[in-house]
Amino acid sequence: MTLRRDSGQALRQDSGQALRRDSGQAIKSEPFVVNIGPQHPSTHGVFRLKLTLDGERILDADMVMGYLHRSMEKLAEERTYTQNIPFTDRTDYLAAMTGNLAYVMAVEKLMEIEVPERAKFLRTIMSELQRIASHAMAIGIFANDCGAWQTPVMHMFRDREKILDLFEMACGARLTLNYMRIGGVSRDIPPEWMPQARKLLKELPKRFAEYEDLLLSNEIIIARSRGVGVLTADEAIAHSVSGPMLRGSGVAWDIRKADPYAAYDQLDFDIAVGTNGDVYDRFVVRLAELRQSLHILEQALDMMPSGPVHERVGTATVQPWGQAVAPLAFRPPVGEAYGRIESPRGELGYYIVSDGGPSPFRFHIRSPSFINLTPLKLLSVGATVADAIVILGSVDIVVGEVDR
Amino acid sequence: MTTFVTGFEIAGQIDAKFPGAVQDAQPEFAAVKPEKLIEVLTWMRDDDGHRYRFLSSLTGVDRIDWFEVAYHLESFQHNRKTTIKVISEDRENPKVPSAVPVWPGAQLQEREAYDLLGIVFEGNPDLRRIFLWEGFAGFPLRKDYLNMPGGQMAGLERFPGEPGVELSGRGTE
Repeated sequence: MTLRRDSGQALRQDSGQALRRDSGQAIKSEPFVVNIGPQHPSTHGVFRLKLTLDGERILDADMVMGYLHRSMEKLAEERTYTQNIPFTDRTDYLAAMTGNLAYVMAVEKLMEIEVPERAKFLRTIMSELQRIASHAMAIGIFANDCGAWQTPVMHMFRDREKILDLFEMACGARLTLNYMRIGGVSRDIPPEWMPQARKLLKELPKRFAEYEDLLLSNEIIIARSRGVGVLTADEAIAHSVSGPMLRGSGVAWDIRKADPYAAYDQLDFDIAVGTNGDVYDRFVVRLAELRQSLHILEQALDMMPSGPVHERVGTATVQPWGQAVAPLAFRPPVGEAYGRIESPRGELGYYIVSDGGPSPFRFHIRSPSFINLTPLKLLSVGATVADAIVILGSVDIVVGEVDR
Repeated sequence: MTTFVTGFEIAGQIDAKFPGAVQDAQPEFAAVKPEKLIEVLTWMRDDDGHRYRFLSSLTGVDRIDWFEVAYHLESFQHNRKTTIKVISEDRENPKVPSAVPVWPGAQLQEREAYDLLGIVFEGNPDLRRIFLWEGFAGFPLRKDYLNMPGGQMAGLERFPGEPGVELSGRGTE
């Protein structure tokens, strides 16, 4: 499906000839550079897209990033392993739970720690709640990019808000959660958490049906997104694309299934896959994943075992409520580990190199937002400016994770 | 469950196909000589027994005495993953061949490694700084970037509050 990119070329030639015919002489025209961003609502943060245009057609697309670069990888080398957990909240700030999980899993892999069963389930439940919250945001903002200004976002925010309330009950924070710990989670959920979560799970199917009614058959969304930004399965794999973008191109690859972590091996769910690899398919995959996450949550809440939520690692401090949490002082063995999970945006990996000291020797974040931008130029060249906005929206970047 | 192909296994397979191409093998990775790197990676991508078509992650590490680039590869077909490394002994101007001809997905990640660590990927079509601006002095992820007095390097030698000298750093040069 490289049709669209080629037809862009053909259109350009046509319009040039038409102009020449009308005026009787060749018109001198120059490519025109337009900057979208760094401050622009459609860039979803501080990100700049530099487009070279011929009329409405894109000749070249260049990404300028780094406005939010906080040098986390360097900062992490100066802090202990536990002190680094809050950084992982601030990379992908729309999915802090999965950021936490990927990092602590990498350190656990390095230190060969086995996590208690209840902590595994809590991690799974929190990740899936986070996935719903993050996808709801992605879908809402995508509808925003398509021209449905603010209304869908407000619908999504209503439900995201309830998930954030659950997070607040579990760990006291709503956005930068800092909930996971090396060896488990920071604390158990309070007794009133379960009834509220079950109440939310009863509500959500109605909401999801509402989203699907509102958006899936919407004429404007279909016109703006079908056949736009087509990425074939081979291109997607070659460009290291992951997550809903890869599955939208028809590759049934989900780390939760392929390499189950936490409690995913005990739960039943399907991988949502698209067929055409266009913007619309990525959006449909996200909508379908909402339902799958709900299905996982229903099972996980029923199967949740009792028991401890934290494995004792190193010298743990005892919190005022008597629970030993937050190991502060430990030195992992010399070696390296690459831990990865399926975050809402794709494969989120942490590569940790240890020299046996109290802080990581090297701390690298393989961030899906950043790497999913690789084929952006391929997708945008030949498309129109309006398409470029929708294509960027379908990648679903979080700039905190792009720049780190 | 994804099987992790250990460095010893993959090094044996590479050595059988390209004798002398393996420089080092550890449980976590196999290090390949820079001049053979692209040949080996292309073979690993296309060979039916491997099919590592997905470059999961590419990153550089400053090991103080040398630089290395780690390639985390993934095979969807066989559900396997493995790690390949390439080592550049040159401390001042590290150079390794670019993996962009093998996986276009390496493009932005190589730019990142160049920007922060100063590793030059020969053959990369568009090697520019990505997060920092053109003209930025130095490469901040290098261990010797802005050394503290006394030549101390980034990283903790002991825990905060643990007895020892005042300044804590990862050894001296």
